[in-house]
Amino acid sequence: MNRIFLFFMLVSILTSNAFSQDLDLLDDGEPRTNYTTATFKTNRVVNGHSIETVAKREFDFKISHRFGFVNGGVYNLFGLDQATIRMGGDFGITDNLNIGIGRSNEAKTYDGFVKYKFLKQSTGTKKVPISAAWISHIGVTTQRWTRPDRENLFSSRLHYTHQLLIARKMTDGLSLQLSPTLVHKNLVDSAARTNDILSIGIGVRQKITNRISINGEYFYVLPNQLELDKAKSLSLGFDIETGGHVFQLFFTNAAAPFEKGFITDTKAKWLDGDIRFGFNIARMFNF
Amino acid sequence: MKHITTIVLATITLITLAFTQHNGGVYKTNTGNISFFSRTPIEDIAAENHKVKTAFSSVNGKLQFSVLIKDFEFEKALMQEHFNENYMESTKYPKATFNGIIEDINIVEVSKNGTYTSKVSGKLTIKNVTKEVSATATFSVKGDIVNAKAVFNVNPSDYNVKIPRAVINKISDNIKISIDADYTHQH
Repeated sequence: MNRIFLFFMLVSILTSNAFSQDLDLLDDGEPRTNYTTATFKTNRVVNGHSIETVAKREFDFKISHRFGFVNGGVYNLFGLDQATIRMGGDFGITDNLNIGIGRSNEAKTYDGFVKYKFLKQSTGTKKVPISAAWISHIGVTTQRWTRPDRENLFSSRLHYTHQLLIARKMTDGLSLQLSPTLVHKNLVDSAARTNDILSIGIGVRQKITNRISINGEYFYVLPNQLELDKAKSLSLGFDIETGGHVFQLFFTNAAAPFEKGFITDTKAKWLDGDIRFGFNIARMFNF
Repeated sequence: MKHITTIVLATITLITLAFTQHNGGVYKTNTGNISFFSRTPIEDIAAENHKVKTAFSSVNGKLQFSVLIKDFEFEKALMQEHFNENYMESTKYPKATFNGIIEDINIVEVSKNGTYTSKVSGKLTIKNVTKEVSATATFSVKGDIVNAKAVFNVNPSDYNVKIPRAVINKISDNIKISIDADYTHQH
């Protein structure tokens, strides 16, 4: 009798186990790939492009503004009397393929670009440690020729920039980007100058809150390429996001809001105190 | 001896019963739908998730949901990004879950085509905050498939979803959540 009792007990335990199994009716499910999003708040780190693209059929209208030198003093209201401006926009043909145009008052330059994100950072089934994009810019300066008496070719007005953007969202708050960059100018000041300038951009983004981040960006130009009076561009600032807008407020030594300009034509040096205040305003439109 | 036989037979019946109930009573899907809708005079915001995992037991009425926040799709990509990054913090809190019970499971006849209603109640967890919720659900049985529909409302501030003052007029404090899932019988 005792044995039977034990057997019954055992069975009871077994059956109760069977019942308790449906405490969790859901299985973990099949593994999946999680793509990393929002490596940067917007598609610019400060001056240069970030890995971010605008989504398909979205248009990101951008006003980029850099004032004069802060050390211009009260007379120039700390630089606010002068401004370099670019108006333009990025458009998403697909989620990964963007085109953009813009016009800056710096050397009356029109610029256009094609950007393609070909690798996306992901975890899960498909593990990819970085995101990567290619971007090619073309710029046309439309200022009147300084020497109209000479033979001036239209091709002399053109310059090109090609960049590989490699980014990684290290943690939820910290993102890094490296951007090897080649600038090609069809026309340079003298035969002693090189037409091709190699540089590497370094971008950092650290979130402080969900809507505000600190951004830094530096373009290192390989030695013996820039004229002696030129400097490397360094920018530090904040991204502030409010719904459909992103405001980027920053300090930079670069004036021109397009790649060839801020990478190769920056003259001001941070150490001399020649810093400008600047901002980018981005507004997203859907089509 | 007669007693022993009875007991043994009874236990065998019990075991069989337990296993049948366990295997026979579970209804499941990995493609359930949850949508939410926030209506304010300024802006309507809607999103849909078609990859909701949910299951219920027709035996004891247990009902579970597991929802990946990243799977909510918005019309505007930017809204989706903000939803994940700013409001739901989906890298930190990837899932929302519901653990509850179909209170009148005995009137839901899974073996007979028809429509049945029952109160459903349980614990809803969003962003690690757990609250009791309840709703009236409609179960429609058609062959091997049980469709369940329910609508209820949540207040984002109950679940630690912080809304900045700048957009407080654009996001409702009474967000309508609609559930629509086709469960299939697990054999």
